[in-house]
This record gives sequence, C-alpha cells and structure tokens, in this order.
Amino acid sequence: MKKQSTTLKNGASTRGGTLQWTLIISFFWIALLLLNLLPPQGSFLHVSNFTLNTFGKYMAYAILALGIDLLWGYTGILSLGQGVFFGLGAYCMGMHLMLSIAGEGVYQSDLPDFMVWNQVKTLPFFWKPFSNFWVSMAAVMLVPAFFALIFGYLTFRSRIKGVYFAIITQALAMTVWLLFNQNSFNLGGTNGLTDFKSILGYSLMEQGTQKTLFGITGLCLVAAFLLCRWLTLSRFGKVLIAIRDNEGRIRFSGYDPARYKLFVFVVAAALAGLAGALYVPQVGIITPGQIGVLPSIGMIIWVAVGGRGTLVGALLGAIGVNWAYSVLTSNYPDLWLYFLGLMFIGVVLFFPGGMWEIGGKISNLRHGRAKKQKIAASEAG
Amino acid sequence: MRVPSKKHKYGSITATLLALILLLPILTANGGSSVPSPAFGKDAGEGMPAGLGQSIRNMGDEDEALQEAAIVDLGTSGDANILPALEALQSGSLYRWVDPRDEHRIVIARDPVDRNGEQSYPLLSPYGAKPILDEKGQAVFEREGAIEAIRIGRRLRIAIAPWLDRLRLFSPSANLRESAATKVGLYGAPEALPQLDRALLTENDRWVRTALNEAIGLIQLVDDSPALRKKAAEKLGTIHALNALPTLEERIKSYETGEAPEQDIAVIEAIRGAIQKIEAWTVWTRTVETIFSGISLSSILLLVALGLAITFGLMGVINMAHGELMMLGAYTTYMTQEIFVGILPENLRDLYFPLAIPLAFVVAAAFGLVLEKSIIRRLYGRPLETLLATWGVSLILQQGVRHIFGAANVDVASPAWLRGGLRLATGIQFPYNRLFIILLSLVSVFGVYLLVLRSPIGLKIRAVTQNREMSACMGITTQRVDAWTFALGSGLAGMAGAALTLIGNIGPDLGQSYIVDSFLVVVTGGVGKLAGTVGAAFGIGGLNKLLEPGLGAIYAKVLILLIVILFLQGKPSGLFPAKGRNVDM
Repeated sequence: MKKQSTTLKNGASTRGGTLQWTLIISFFWIALLLLNLLPPQGSFLHVSNFTLNTFGKYMAYAILALGIDLLWGYTGILSLGQGVFFGLGAYCMGMHLMLSIAGEGVYQSDLPDFMVWNQVKTLPFFWKPFSNFWVSMAAVMLVPAFFALIFGYLTFRSRIKGVYFAIITQALAMTVWLLFNQNSFNLGGTNGLTDFKSILGYSLMEQGTQKTLFGITGLCLVAAFLLCRWLTLSRFGKVLIAIRDNEGRIRFSGYDPARYKLFVFVVAAALAGLAGALYVPQVGIITPGQIGVLPSIGMIIWVAVGGRGTLVGALLGAIGVNWAYSVLTSNYPDLWLYFLGLMFIGVVLFFPGGMWEIGGKISNLRHGRAKKQKIAASEAG
Repeated sequence: MRVPSKKHKYGSITATLLALILLLPILTANGGSSVPSPAFGKDAGEGMPAGLGQSIRNMGDEDEALQEAAIVDLGTSGDANILPALEALQSGSLYRWVDPRDEHRIVIARDPVDRNGEQSYPLLSPYGAKPILDEKGQAVFEREGAIEAIRIGRRLRIAIAPWLDRLRLFSPSANLRESAATKVGLYGAPEALPQLDRALLTENDRWVRTALNEAIGLIQLVDDSPALRKKAAEKLGTIHALNALPTLEERIKSYETGEAPEQDIAVIEAIRGAIQKIEAWTVWTRTVETIFSGISLSSILLLVALGLAITFGLMGVINMAHGELMMLGAYTTYMTQEIFVGILPENLRDLYFPLAIPLAFVVAAAFGLVLEKSIIRRLYGRPLETLLATWGVSLILQQGVRHIFGAANVDVASPAWLRGGLRLATGIQFPYNRLFIILLSLVSVFGVYLLVLRSPIGLKIRAVTQNREMSACMGITTQRVDAWTFALGSGLAGMAGAALTLIGNIGPDLGQSYIVDSFLVVVTGGVGKLAGTVGAAFGIGGLNKLLEPGLGAIYAKVLILLIVILFLQGKPSGLFPAKGRNVDM
C-alpha cells in the first residue's frame, strides 16, 4: 500500500485545471458530432454514423470508468462488481424501452415478446413502474444506488475491505449473472432485452435520434466529470485519498471511513447505472453476458490503463481500451485476449499510473525535469 | 459361386479356400470314402448340447413359423452361449454361409475389417460366438457378397426381445445379469419364471439376486393364486423393490371405485404395506444420497480451495490464475491419457490416471514457480495489483489452451476402476469417482497439514508469512521459501484439476467456473487457517446440497452468497480468525 501511494502522489488532481479539462472533453465530443454533421459524406474529415454511435458507446463506458476511478483510484476500493450496477441501469432502461413498444412486438401482445414465449400471462410487478419514462429515468440511477447502499452497508460496516471486498463483489457479479440468466427471473434470460424500437416516440432507427443520444451521452459525461472533479478536489476527496493511503489512521483521527466508502460506492453505482442506461438505446441490446464476472473485471482495466487516481486518465482509458478492442477484434479476433492479458500484466508491473504516467513522463522530459522524475521513479521502485 | 478376383492374388485366405474348393471334389472322387476335414465345424459345435444344432439351422429357414419355433426352442434352453446368435438375428448380423465343404451353415458376422482393400467379415460360430477356423487354424474371413444375411420381420424381432433378456440372466457379466433381471421383471411374462428360478439357484451376486427376486415378485404379483400374490407383495416390500413401485400402485389404483386390478382384500393390504415400506425406504435413501452428495461437493470445493488456502491464505497472494492452474492440471491429465492411448495396449491404458495426478501436480507447480519468479515476486504487499496481473495471466492461459487444444471441451475417460459405484443397499450407490475425490481431498489436507504445520519446511513457511524481515534475519532465504510455497499451492491446484477430469467437462473455461467458489471458501474459512478452509468447504458444500432440492441450483447459490455475506458480518475474519491485535489486516 505504501508503494501505491508514492506512485500516485502526483495524481491528476494537481495537474491541469477543471475548466481546461472540461473544455478538452467537450471539444472532443462536440467535434465528433460536428464532423459527422458538417462535412459531406465521403470527405476524409467525415465521421460516419457508425463511428459516432461507437464513440457514443465508449463515452457511456467512460461515465462508468469515472465511478470506478472514484472508488479504486481515490478511495482504494477495488470493486469487481461494477458490471452489476451497469446492468441494473441498463435493464431499467431496457424494461422501459420494451414496454414503450407494447403491442408492436412480433406477437402484437402488450407483453414483451420473450414473456409471450415463456407463457407469462401478466406483467410482473417490478416491470410495472417502468412504463413511465420519468420513473424509469430516475430508476436508472436510483435502483443501482439502492442496491449498492444495501450491499455496501453490509460489507463496509463489517470492515470487509481490500481483496476481500474484491472477492465478495466478484461473487456478487457471478450471482447476479446467474440470476439474470434465469428465464423465471422475467428479464429475458440469456437473450436479455433487445428489439427496442423507439424512445419517447422517436424511432431508434432514425439517425437523428442516435445523434441526439450521442449528444446526451456527451453532456452526461461532462456532468459526471464535473461531479467527480468537484468531489475529489473538495475536502471530502482528501478524506477519500487518506482512506486509500491509511484507513487505520483516518479512523483514529475521528472519521468514520465506512460512511465515506459507502457514499463513494453509491455514487459509483449510480454513475454505472447511468452509463448502462445510455448504453442500451445506442447499442440496442443488453444481455447477462455484458454484466457478468468477465466484463466487470474488464472495466477495471480501462481505469488501470488510463491511469487511476486521475479522472481524465480513467475517461481516456475507457475510450482507448474499447477502441483498441474493436480494432483488434475485427482484425485479429484470436489475439484480443492475449493483448488484454498482457495489458493487465504490463500496466501493473511497469506503468502503475497507466497512460497518464507515460504522458506525464514525456511532458516532464520536455520540460527538463527528467532528473527529478528519475529520483521519484527510483523511490517508487 | 466364388469368382476369383485380382485383389486376391496375394496368397490370402480366400485363395486358399478357393484352392480347397477346387481340390475337394478331386479328393472325394479319388479317395472315395470321407476324408475328414476336422478343422471346419469342429470348433463351432464344441460343447454344444445335442438338439440345439437343428434349432440353430432353423433360424435361417425361409419359413417364419419354423424360425419362431427355433427362437423359442433356443430361448427355453437357457444356454447363455446361444445369446450372440439371437442378438445377431435381431440386429441383422446373422448370415447363411455355405462352407467350403458345401455345407449350409449359420454364422455370425459383425465388425468388418479391411482386407486387401475389401470389407471382409470374420466369421463367428452361432454357439458361443467363437471364430471359425480353417484347417490351418486360421480365422475365416468372408466378403459381404459371399454370405447372405438372414432378414427377419417386425413380428420375429418382437418375439426375440424377451428371450434376449432371459438369456442374459446367465451372462458372465453381473451388470448385464442385473439389468436383464430388472427388464424381465418389468416385462412380466410368466413364461420367464422357470428361468428366473433357475438363475436364482446359481446366482451368487447380492444385487443380481435382489433384482431376480424383484422380477419373480413382479411376475407373481399377477399370479392366479391370491396366496402367491400376497406373498409376492410382501416379498417386494421386504427387499425394498424400488422398480416395483409403479406396478404395485397400479394394482390398487382406484380401489375405492372397485376398478382396481387387484380385488383380494388380503393382497391389497399386503400391497399397501409393501408400498409403505418402499416409500419409507426411499426417504431414507434420499437422505443418505443428499448427505453423500453434500460431502462429495464439499470435498471438491476443499480440493480446489486447498491450493488457494496456501497461496492466498498463507502468502496473501491473490492468484486469479488459480483456476487456470487447475485447468493446466486437467489438460495434463488429458495429454497423459492421449499419450497412453497412443503407445500402450488397451488393458494398460487406465494406468494413465495414477500417473497423471503427480504429473499434473508437477506441471502446475512448475508453472506456478515461473509465475512467482516473473510476476508475483514483484508485487508482494500489493494484493490488488497482484489480483489484476494474475487475472491477465489467466486470460493468456485460457486463450493459449484454446489455441492449442481448441475451444471445445476435450474428452477424458475415467479409468475403468473408477467407473461404477459402491452399493451399500438397494437404491444407495456411491460412485467410485466421488469416493476417490473425497479420499484424495482428505489425503491432500492431511499432507498439507503435515507439511505446513508439522515439518521444518512448514516452520520456515509460517515464519516467513508471519514476519518476513525477522525470518530473513534468522537466516531463512525468504525469496526461495516464497517461490516454493507458491509452487506448492499451484501444484495442489493442478492436482485438483486432474481430479476434476473424473466428474466434469474439461475445457478452457474450467478454471473460471471454480475460481469464485474457491475464493469464497477461503475467505469464509478465515485466511491462513487450514481448519477454517476445511470447515468452510463442508459448510458451503453441505448447505448447497441441502438447499438445492428445494430451491434449484441457481437460487441455492444466490442464497449461499447472501448467507456468506451475512456470516462475514458477524465474523469478518472468517470461521477461525487469526489471533492478534493487528488493526489493519
């Protein structure tokens, strides 16, 4: 734990201003949108609808990564179950989308198609509130937050932490995955929820709807970034970092770490839920396979690669790793797992600070501070 | 009738036969009197009771009535040697053959072999299915076209079926005898009674005797004499005849309306008593079965978590590749099997398993050693980083195995001596492979106990895990101890993987399906405590099997996770927490 704190001492919190980063993120997001809208199709500047949609998905992931970074990078809690909260948000959204097309399914039934196959006659009680858009939108963040509150209360109160917490959350991810796979659970079983048609009356097939969704995702990302930024720069954020570096000492100083951890855990879960909700209409499907043990731990690597303890790093990591994933899997489908595995090992062994650290080293070299950095690095081991 | 073809020019048997055929008339013409050609036919009739010969020949007759009479005749003989012929008749592999002496004979021909580029059948005698030899003592082969299959219709096929099971009552294999007895009983034909009685006289195997008694009881249950029916029902109850339950219930079904097939009050009472007895017995066997499967699951959990109890429990290393080390062990077993199948004769192949277990240990331990020296060593004291790095290793290992062996599951055949099970009473059977895993896990735990808690090496291991600096000061090479401890834990994982080949699918995902469970066991048990791991394995395994019948496997698992989380509320450090005053463990 000592080593970790040394390496991450100069986190992003001190480098670059809030405004500066907000502008950079907004620029990236707006530029993509403009490059899609303005240049004529075929121009080399033109960003295709497909690419825009893909980046919309990545930005949803980035929101989730911000939550993981709050948890892991700042507070030192490694949760291997963030996929669960992502899934809860995604399924809330999915349920709303399923209900909003009642009667337009293959069977012309008011129930979603898969319920007709499974011979479910009436809508299960927990589906009912999701026919309302605003209730659904609130549920998208409140449902994951609620479950995180219960789970976090039970675990943090009994001081389960570190690897134990990681293992328990992994078991949680597996359990939820098992549950969601059950047909009797009435969430579509292995096939999940899919065949969405429209949102608030706008067809999801329309490019305009997709572009609006991209825009909303970008707005949410900026908002999430600002929220996390504000949290980490505040006095609250200092306590989080102190918990990460020495929980015992902060407890003896009169703080109750469990409350802080619980709060961060709930915030991260809500962000994951939001990410899930933005993901579903853009991708068009949510299955248990996207929220199980493997995807959950895969989300950790986004933050690790980007640079934990640096919000921008987490954000870039989520986009970068997913982009690398789509490039590699389309060209060399067999190699992705090797690459992912090597990424896990490489980041941990050689770049604990992720891309952010590499970037920092380069810029430091340019500013002639290489010598200083070397000393810091040798300290870090 | 036989045209020599070019393919036969290499002095094959066929050529010899051909020559013989050409010679025969000359011989008979010259010598006049019969020249004995003892080779043909001598072996075929060996030990065959007189009178069966005609029936065997009649099986090949064109007249269906004659064929059926022959089948009944052969069946009633109760001679197990005739079974292959009847089986062949039913499956269409019984043939008419004109032998070189121009004699019309019935032969069995199955499993064709490739001879000189042509499908040829080795000919077998209908009695005892022994190879037919020519005068040189060599097995006779015949082309498809040279023998004529005896085809039978549906009616005959149905007529044969009961006789097959009745003859199997005298087969040398106890398993076959038992299943035959059960079938004869369920078939319920009174004609089978004499054969069942005869089989019971000579039968020594306890389970076959039970099955025979069951069959006799079932047949007598519809006897004309009420006294015999009553006796049969009582007997079925006493021997807890599980298979008889549906028939017994059928006999007294809708008794109130007077439509039950059984009308005699005394017999009905007896049947009721028998049903009660059998049902009570079922409850009892089910209880025993649940307990056993609970112990079995616990031993599996214990075996897969034991290695983790060392690497995670003692050393504090979160090895997410633990499951993949098990997978390596399983694939080592697979490789050993493949090599043995490749180079050894069939009767020695099963020896692969005793060798595979230590081999799996060594392979996984070697891999663990490399893993420790290359990656884990650099990450001591940083458990979360170790977790991520070893997760990376696990992904690479999975993909590597997928690359080499393919994504599909591979087939590992359990050795013959681990198939089947130990039967304690009717309806209670403990599979040998489960018993073996229970034994292996107990031996492993005892071995680890001796090594870690009762040996000088274990003293060093414990010293290093308790206080690294102090141990180093006392002259212990801590790095070497780390490496070998990790190798030990990895080796145990490999061994667990080898044992898993007995019960489950072996594929690249093998490790993933056990990793969460095994970590849960170690965490629940209390990190660093062997007794805790054993306790947690039996707690979780037992609870799982207890909940499963009522909730189903998935919900049972969910409930167990909840129970574990709630349990950790009360005992955050597991079943057996380490004693000490550490603030931050």
